Amino acid sequence: MLSLLADSMFFPPERSTVAGTVDGLFDFIYYLSLFFFVLIVGAMVYFVMKYYQRPGHTEQPSPSHNETLEITWSVIPSILVGVIFFFGFTEYLNMREPPENAYEIQVIASKWNWVFKYPNGAESSDLHIPVNRDVKFLLQSQDVLHSFYIPAFRIKMDCVPARYTSTWTRATETTGSGLDESSHKPLRLFCAEYCGQQHSIMHRKVFVHDTAEFDQWAEKAANILENNPPEVAGEILFKRKGCAQCHSVDGDNSAKYPGPPLNGQWGTERQVIPRGSSSPKTVTMDENYVRQSIRQPNSEIVVGRKPGMTVFTPQLLKDEEITAIIAYLKTLK
Amino acid sequence: MSTITPETQTATGHNDDPSSNYLTCTSGFMSWAFTLDHKRIGVMYLVGIFAAFFLGGVLALMLRMHLLVPGGLFPDWMVSLDGYNQLFTLHGAVMTFLFIIPSIPGSLGNFVLPLMVGAKDVAFPRMNLASFHLWVFGAIFFLIALVTTGLDTGWTFYTPYSIETQTNVIAATIGAFILGFSSIFTGLNFIVTVNTMRPPGMTWFKMPLFMWAIYATAIIQILATPVLGITLLLLMGERLLGIGIFDPSMGGDPVLFQHFFWFYSHPAVYIMILPAMGIMSELMSVYSRKPIFGYTFIAYSSIAIALLGFLVWGHHMFVSGQSPMAAVIFSGLTFSVSIPSAIKVFNWTATMYKGSINLATPMCYALSFIFLFSIGGLTGLFLGALATDIHLHDTYFVVAHFHYVMMGGTVIAFVGGLYHWWPKMFGVMYNEFFGRLFCAVVFFGFNLTFLPQFVMGSRGMPRRYATYVEEYQIFHVLSTIGALTLGIGMVGAMAVLVVSLFKGRKAPANPWGAATLEWTCTSPPPYYNFEHAPHVDSPYDYSDLKYDAQIGGYVKDPNAPKKSGSDHH
Amino acid sequence: MSAAVETKDQAHHEDGDHHGHSPFQAHHFETMQQQFDAGKLGIWLFLFTEILMFSGLFCAYLIYRYNHPEVFLYAHKQLDTTMGAINTVVLIVSSLSMAWAVRAAQLSQKKLLVFMLSVTLALAGVFLVIKYFEYTHKFDIGLFTGRSNVMYQLQHPDESDHNRELYDSAIAAEHEEEAEHKEEEAHAVAEAEQEDEHPDEHSDSHASSHGDSHGHGHGGPEQFLDAPRNTQIFFGIYYMMTGLHGFHIVFGMVAIGWLLYRSIRGDFSSEYFGPVDYVGLYWHLVDLIWIYLFPLLYLIRS
Repeated sequence: MLSLLADSMFFPPERSTVAGTVDGLFDFIYYLSLFFFVLIVGAMVYFVMKYYQRPGHTEQPSPSHNETLEITWSVIPSILVGVIFFFGFTEYLNMREPPENAYEIQVIASKWNWVFKYPNGAESSDLHIPVNRDVKFLLQSQDVLHSFYIPAFRIKMDCVPARYTSTWTRATETTGSGLDESSHKPLRLFCAEYCGQQHSIMHRKVFVHDTAEFDQWAEKAANILENNPPEVAGEILFKRKGCAQCHSVDGDNSAKYPGPPLNGQWGTERQVIPRGSSSPKTVTMDENYVRQSIRQPNSEIVVGRKPGMTVFTPQLLKDEEITAIIAYLKTLK
Repeated sequence: MSTITPETQTATGHNDDPSSNYLTCTSGFMSWAFTLDHKRIGVMYLVGIFAAFFLGGVLALMLRMHLLVPGGLFPDWMVSLDGYNQLFTLHGAVMTFLFIIPSIPGSLGNFVLPLMVGAKDVAFPRMNLASFHLWVFGAIFFLIALVTTGLDTGWTFYTPYSIETQTNVIAATIGAFILGFSSIFTGLNFIVTVNTMRPPGMTWFKMPLFMWAIYATAIIQILATPVLGITLLLLMGERLLGIGIFDPSMGGDPVLFQHFFWFYSHPAVYIMILPAMGIMSELMSVYSRKPIFGYTFIAYSSIAIALLGFLVWGHHMFVSGQSPMAAVIFSGLTFSVSIPSAIKVFNWTATMYKGSINLATPMCYALSFIFLFSIGGLTGLFLGALATDIHLHDTYFVVAHFHYVMMGGTVIAFVGGLYHWWPKMFGVMYNEFFGRLFCAVVFFGFNLTFLPQFVMGSRGMPRRYATYVEEYQIFHVLSTIGALTLGIGMVGAMAVLVVSLFKGRKAPANPWGAATLEWTCTSPPPYYNFEHAPHVDSPYDYSDLKYDAQIGGYVKDPNAPKKSGSDHH
Repeated sequence: MSAAVETKDQAHHEDGDHHGHSPFQAHHFETMQQQFDAGKLGIWLFLFTEILMFSGLFCAYLIYRYNHPEVFLYAHKQLDTTMGAINTVVLIVSSLSMAWAVRAAQLSQKKLLVFMLSVTLALAGVFLVIKYFEYTHKFDIGLFTGRSNVMYQLQHPDESDHNRELYDSAIAAEHEEEAEHKEEEAHAVAEAEQEDEHPDEHSDSHASSHGDSHGHGHGGPEQFLDAPRNTQIFFGIYYMMTGLHGFHIVFGMVAIGWLLYRSIRGDFSSEYFGPVDYVGLYWHLVDLIWIYLFPLLYLIRS
């Protein structure tokens, strides 16, 4: 029964080449710990039952120390933890060292958004990877610490601002077939390092495709601006770049969305407070206002809102993409 | 700097009255707030830290209630995403800085340690009082942070988030800085007291193990806390002056902050657990009526833990991007620190062998400790091993692990120690039945709270999430039910003690038959502790103590054959 | 040194209230010697915490010096080595007077004790005055911490209008200077022939061309245009280290002032001189830290 517990209860499915080894080490430590735990607690319970204070029972003399015994129970655990340490670090070195010729995906974390950039220029907000191929993730952060965590692959690495970190994986199973996302059972990707307000919703889906299908997906994802009319491309970008995390498009103005809702706003006026000023001024939502709000979001803050939006530099969002997003915003009623 | 104060003179005047004790010798607010008596300072610490424990506990229950449903139980206007972040930050910060670090040294340490060495007070009574006053100031700064814009950095203050957040990081860091000095003063006092004020005959290896533990703790307090101080000063400089050392946008290194922070905060977990281990050594011996098994190993292991604890801080940063070589070294050192803890657990268990085990409330807590601390310690192996830590880092597995050690370890031992020394502190006996009952409730509630967290952690649930995906709900529900049970148990355990103050029967000088010096003076002790320096016996030799049913406690049996020397060397 | 002088706890009997002990013996100590030993151990432990506190800063210093050597090499030129050297001498002398004061206390030489404590206090004051001049000079030329630092502002003209203005004026000033420099060279050739009258003329034109507040010839922000990136971090470290040290000086002055008051009152003698000894140790540590700070910050070679 205990083995059943250990295998089915403690883990998400094993979906990478390292997952099996990691779980094996976990199980080894688990049974070892269980043995010592039963030993200690068993001895404790036995002593209590045998020697509890009662009429007619008094303590009996016994040695107050026994060096042989004490050295034994110091040395045996030392050897065992040495073994655990050895397995732990050899596998770890393997996990840290990406294989050569791995497919490289750039991961850019920001508050509170993931952007995945593929070698062919495609970008996505959910992660797509090919099956049975080494994939290296080059991690960056735009602002604070984040952590790239995919439980099913047993990988995790912090994204540190002004520094690159990396990790890698090799998926062993696809999550489904076809380009339609609804035909997949995606895995989960979490941000595991606390990063502020929306840390808890900074999780995404992971899709594992077979190789041919992945190429197809990447091809399509690379050319959204060419393949779609501007407002459709704008909608894809609006979701992909994380705008939808903070701005609702259905008028929802609850605290779930820190930014103002964006539907029905085109051409309307609003009060904003320019940075460094205390008096509000009135602006109209037009192309230039939207562009400025994306490029320099903290230069003017709508009355009643807090600054905090990601600064979208041209590296993160190209000019053509802003144009497409503007086209999309115009369609929102 | 005259040392003649009004209290000491008054106390001297009252000291001749045999019914007078440290609680009754003087009265009035000022006689407490500015007392130099280590016992009163200990009692004030006790009140203060339990107020902090209550605040932290309420925050914890709010967290657990909120996590009952995946989207969060409370509506946005009560607990928003920001609100949740503030809750867990303040829970962690209050519990760590205000409660658990000062808990045992501040209250039981202050009260018991000078009695154990047969001294009239600690070496620097004024500094001791300053330590408590600083604790109060630190607490005030935390309250300022709480009622202004709060704090949402996590108790670890990781940069660069702590540089840019709008919440009141300054107030909280000032608070933690001040509390650091409070902790240093306590530690410094204890080291000097143990070094210079032991009575003749009490050699190092005739000291009670609680003293060894407090001594080892004090070493860490002195060596590690200043580094926290400078780290917090640098963080303040970062926010106020923009000095840039930890700010990547200014060319600084945010990971350096983690190194600085954990250089203090890892040893700090031993500041939390070592005194608890000291209490355990006392309880296991007294309630088994056996000399502690392997005194020397336990004493040395405390010092080993204190020193090795300084070399393992990097194990909090296995996925921070530090080099693989550093990670491997830190992992190896981490395993080395597990051995002294294991030795202690084996020795405590072996102490019960052939004893006469009195299942009084403190012993029930001690047995709970062995159960819970074993789980806490053994789960540390999963986190020390690099390959498994990658998966488990920053998940609920870690949360469960450190709660098993900190709460299942330190808090349980603390409550056990409190029940043990309560008759000495206040001169009353509590109700044993309810004491044991609530111990059982706490034990059950604790396991129900944190065992499910191991499972959801290894299944990938990250910590510090206000909302979560549905597959983890069952574990959260179990955990929340456990937390409520635990809350009831803790409140009940405290209520038993408070009720005893009013209804408890008068305590004899030595209700448990313990052989350390504090039990040779009356309960509660007189202002001066000991009129004459007491005679030093072996701290764990019970052969000459006999139960006297008439007074309900143990007395020296004049007929007992007195063993010469001690059982250990 | 101090251990050589025996404390005689039974010597004082005039105040009978404390079991016939010295009036300065606290009730919980058995003997004056025990009290003295406790205090001595206490102060050494406290000094240990002080060293560890500063060691955090030294650590930060080492890491940044290792990572950005060019920053330290460039920025240390802004520190005034002469003033730093004078301050070093001032502190070393104050250490001497403090040690002398301890000796005077041990030998019950009240007048000498008061004098030596006064000297120490005065030297500490001198140190702070010099430090004040160093700080104000840096503030005047804009060497603050972080984003307020003139070097940072010059390197980030896009961050604010102020930075842009500063940058533009610095560039303009630099061009002017270059032009002047060329002019100067031309003049120098001319000077070789006609030596008189020219220098005055040059300085006049110089002053008139830098009328605004930003440019004072070689003293303006344009001198920092060649600063390596992240130089502001040096100043962050500099202000943290010297600031914390300065705070310790102030705290030491309070402690010495208190000793002075008590020594005038006549508290200290060969039986009871612990506080003088403890503050003395603290003062030596504060000096010692400066002796490390001075070369680390002021005397940097590549």
